[in-house]
Amino acid sequence: MGSQGGWGQSKEFLDLVKSIGEARSKAEEDRIVMSEIENLKRRITEPDIPKRKMKEYIIRLVYVEMLGHDASFGYIHAVKMTHDDSLLLKRTGYLAVTLFLNENHDLIILIVNTIQKDLKSDNYLVVCAALTAVCKLINEETIPAVLPQVVELLGHPKEAVKRKAIMALHRFYQRAPSSVAHLISNFRKRLCDNDPGVMGATLCPLFDLIAADANSYKDLVVSFVSILKQVTERRLPKSYDYHQMPAPFIQIRLLKILALLGNGDKQASEHMYIVLGDMFRKCDLSSNIRNAVLYESICCVSSINCSTKLLESAAEVTSQFLKSDSHNLKYMGIDALGRLIKINPEIAEEHQLAVIDCLEDPDDTLKRKTFELLYKMTKSSNVEVIVDRMIDYMISINDNHYKTEISSRCIELAEQFAPSNQWFIQTMNKVFEHAGDLVNVKVAHNLMRLIPEGFGEDNEGADNQLRSSAVESYLRIIGEPKLPSLFLQVICWVLGEYGTADRKFSASYITGKLCDVAEAHPSDDIVKAYAVTAIMKIYAFEIAAGRKVELLPECQSLVDELSASHSTDLQQRAYELQAVLGLDARAVESIMPSDASCEDIEVDKSLSFLDGYVQEALVKGARPYIPESERSGMSNISNFRGQVHHDSSTHGLRFEAYELPKPSGASRIQPAPLAASKELVPVSEPTYPQEILQPASVSSVSETGPTEFKLRLDGIQKKWGRPTYSPTAPSTSNSNPQKTVNGAPQLVVQGAVSSQAHDVSYDSRKTKVEVSPEKQKLAASLFGGWSSKTEKRPTSTNHKTTRVHSAAVEKSQMPTAAVASTEQAAEKESPQQPPLNLLDLGDPTPGDSTASIDPFKQLEGLLGPSDVSSVGNSAVTASKSADIMSLYAESPISGLGGTVANMAPTNSINLTSGVSNAANRNVPVGSASTQVAPVKKGPNPQDSLEKHAVARQVGVTPSVTNPNLFRDLLG
Amino acid sequence: MAHQVECQFSRDVSYKYRGGSWIIQGQSKRIQNKDGQLGTRSGAESGERRAEGYCAIQISQIMIQAVLVMNTQGKPRLAKFYDFRPPEKQQELIRSVFGVLSSRAENVSDFIEADSIFGPDTRLVYKHFATLYFVFVFDSSENELAMLDLIQVFVETLDKCFKNVCELDVVFNFNKMHTVLDEIIFGGQMLETSSTEVMKAVEEITKLEKASNTISLVPKSVSSWQAR
Repeated sequence: MGSQGGWGQSKEFLDLVKSIGEARSKAEEDRIVMSEIENLKRRITEPDIPKRKMKEYIIRLVYVEMLGHDASFGYIHAVKMTHDDSLLLKRTGYLAVTLFLNENHDLIILIVNTIQKDLKSDNYLVVCAALTAVCKLINEETIPAVLPQVVELLGHPKEAVKRKAIMALHRFYQRAPSSVAHLISNFRKRLCDNDPGVMGATLCPLFDLIAADANSYKDLVVSFVSILKQVTERRLPKSYDYHQMPAPFIQIRLLKILALLGNGDKQASEHMYIVLGDMFRKCDLSSNIRNAVLYESICCVSSINCSTKLLESAAEVTSQFLKSDSHNLKYMGIDALGRLIKINPEIAEEHQLAVIDCLEDPDDTLKRKTFELLYKMTKSSNVEVIVDRMIDYMISINDNHYKTEISSRCIELAEQFAPSNQWFIQTMNKVFEHAGDLVNVKVAHNLMRLIPEGFGEDNEGADNQLRSSAVESYLRIIGEPKLPSLFLQVICWVLGEYGTADRKFSASYITGKLCDVAEAHPSDDIVKAYAVTAIMKIYAFEIAAGRKVELLPECQSLVDELSASHSTDLQQRAYELQAVLGLDARAVESIMPSDASCEDIEVDKSLSFLDGYVQEALVKGARPYIPESERSGMSNISNFRGQVHHDSSTHGLRFEAYELPKPSGASRIQPAPLAASKELVPVSEPTYPQEILQPASVSSVSETGPTEFKLRLDGIQKKWGRPTYSPTAPSTSNSNPQKTVNGAPQLVVQGAVSSQAHDVSYDSRKTKVEVSPEKQKLAASLFGGWSSKTEKRPTSTNHKTTRVHSAAVEKSQMPTAAVASTEQAAEKESPQQPPLNLLDLGDPTPGDSTASIDPFKQLEGLLGPSDVSSVGNSAVTASKSADIMSLYAESPISGLGGTVANMAPTNSINLTSGVSNAANRNVPVGSASTQVAPVKKGPNPQDSLEKHAVARQVGVTPSVTNPNLFRDLLG
Repeated sequence: MAHQVECQFSRDVSYKYRGGSWIIQGQSKRIQNKDGQLGTRSGAESGERRAEGYCAIQISQIMIQAVLVMNTQGKPRLAKFYDFRPPEKQQELIRSVFGVLSSRAENVSDFIEADSIFGPDTRLVYKHFATLYFVFVFDSSENELAMLDLIQVFVETLDKCFKNVCELDVVFNFNKMHTVLDEIIFGGQMLETSSTEVMKAVEEITKLEKASNTISLVPKSVSSWQAR
């Protein structure tokens, strides 16, 4: 079938495509398309168009719309075409409507009937076309119209139709889970369909269902595992093979499902150990799809409650990914590493150089992925290096979206792990300077909270130091042009609060600077507002300290300018400033206490200061206020009324409030207690039954009351609070976690640096040849933290380390037992298992599952660490078990099982010999560094092997032996 | 007769698109070589166009969100969105994707994080064959390497379908491309991953369509498309 056979387009269409192709400019192309649209508009409405011609027009419409032009005039004709009996025309019609319409389009209603009919068609291709349309065009409301037909198709003799019906149901589930809730059992049933294709299709909806609720599907774990096992053992028909791999896409889906099911469930996870182990045993990086399956296996291992042995194999595969030349594999390797370090952070150590290579790679995607990894493994020992790198990268890109993301990450890390105040402030400055207004406003507010609160150490001195270093750095930076507005706001606020706090800078110097800021940004009202408030604070502190205050001339002119400003906010601030200047020291101190931005502003919600006034009024005979909640039986009505009232309030004038037939005395009193009606302790019991008779008037008062009062409260806040800051003030506890994390950072870093320095010098001596010392240093500073960190464990308060330590201990004890037990279990278990068959997967017999659990537990208890010999034989047992398994297979491939099992050891032998070779080569060569350096760029397997060896030395050696030893050696 | 004319046209065509410039010369730019080795990279990367503008699209549950085929000049050759986007939005997305693709160097990974274009948590995988980019957009529940292979399946099938597919085949028969794609991806999910099976299905459709074209009666279930 050639490219034209049967698909022949008319000469006109070819001409159209050709002329568009030959267009010299976008404008010319548009002109051609427009004239084509005109042409089609005219022709398509002609009477008695031959159907063939009509099909041609529809195709041209689709083409025109793909080029971005509006073809909506023809939609109706596409809809009409779906009604045609001819398969060709019907399919064309369906294709066009699925591309043109969305599920909520008005024309859909005209198609539903056709779809219903077509779903019942004898011709399975018509059914398939209708199913495709169903996926795209049926919305929540129309699902019931086609659901019965689709369900019926689950029993269709054609496998292709069955598959599509399942997927259509899946789509319904995604659109409206409730609509197919009663059909979910169908998915389970289809899992044991005779046809592997149908089974594969069922995995999609099951994945979604399990993602939503894993617990109700735990019983399927055994079935999934056995399916996966059968797939990997090539029990499926040959036609499912893809690049010599048995049904890899089904394998991937199964692994995804197992990852969900095994997450945090030890018992379920244990079922998977054997089959996952097999996945890794067959590992080789020959084809892309094989790697995809391997990657998915790693994801699965990292998600389930995995055994040490599995983790090791996963790490091994990850390292092969990282060592690969392919960028795709490196990307997957970095991603896998990110998953594995969550379980055991030490895995990263081995790959430090590979990670750094990825970081310096020209490929942006890889770089970003690597930054993500670094973000995950940041600790207080390497935060400086990582954040510096991130900032450098942030400066170098101009993709705003990613810039925002990476800047917020920088800030987050800096807040969490900052080793020193100085560094923290500098980092924040850099981020603000370069990411500018992309930084989230919240971040700025966070910073404004962090500076007054300090890092939470008890000594006030450190906090003061933080503040004064912030002030100094801001004064240095403030003159620079083009600072982002957000940053200027922070600067103004900090200068206002703490500019004169340590008496290093005079008030006039700082106010001068602030005036400059306001002048330099004439159009930025927010910055001006911050600046003038900051000036007010500085003067207030001066007055409170009893010093004489002279308003600078430029300050005066700023105030004059602002009092005539169009912005009422600026005006108010300017007047406030002038008012403050006129007050005496005592008054000023109470409105502007120094360094009180963290103090909670206590709002007297009960308005107790009005109590006297209320008492007085009551004595005079006014009626007491009854809170809304106390007015019995009226809650519904008042709610309703409140709504009505709310609606009317949007119209501007509130008539009801003025129409009250109330004595003036009462209405004067009431607003006060009403103001906080909801929270208030009731003033009195509802003793006045007649109150209920006039709910309208009371509730309307209570509605207007709060809003009025709120307004006034706002005014108060503005006057005394820190204007923009006050809303966030109460939530001081937010930054508490950071404080604890930051315990004694100085000490730890010192230790880390010194030991790292030794690591580096020691290693660079040995391995100068292929790795530049810079890279080494970087690696050491990124990763070396681990070894030194564990060294320092007793002094550091970071509980992360203790966790790691215990993990390490566990690790050293576990492997022998675990390995032996799993292998033995495999051997023991396999004879019990009935020969598995795709046909009877359906019912996961509970007996089977218990049988496979028990041997694990028993063996784990029985086998002590003394049973080391069996580990050595593990490969043998493995191949043995593979053989046993293969006996059950209908198409025995025992040879394969054996070879695969054999391959693992030989591989590792090769690898180790390679490593030792590399080491041998390195030791004698001291001066050849310049010679080899250029070669290093082009990655070849040998190099990566060597790098691997180096990485081992850099990372692993110090953690095994005491770094102090090296210090002695090196003098 | 008309058949022959078309054949001639699409095989020996050698024309240039100067302004927006897509350059096709005869059948030289084949996508697949004889030995089955895919990928002859060519085509001058045009000037850099940065993807700008973000769209806040609600996260959909669809795994594969879109399949795009465009040439190295950014002209769409096939655009299939599995969740509806209005045509203007589609154009914008195509432009953004092309902007990103054209700025990528050679010999880098085939993956791009696309959350700035398609909304959070989306990625795209692309493959560059001769003058065409094949792009799959999907969410984090898919495996990138597997997607790369799905592109491979798609291209292999097209190649079998058109016998050494080139851009022209794709331009003139985009409805057939849709047919092929519909057999591989169904409602945003992988349906079939074997190009032989896809070919069988497509041939079946073609046969019946032809039959229905000449005789208006559709022969019922003459298929050899039996369960495997």
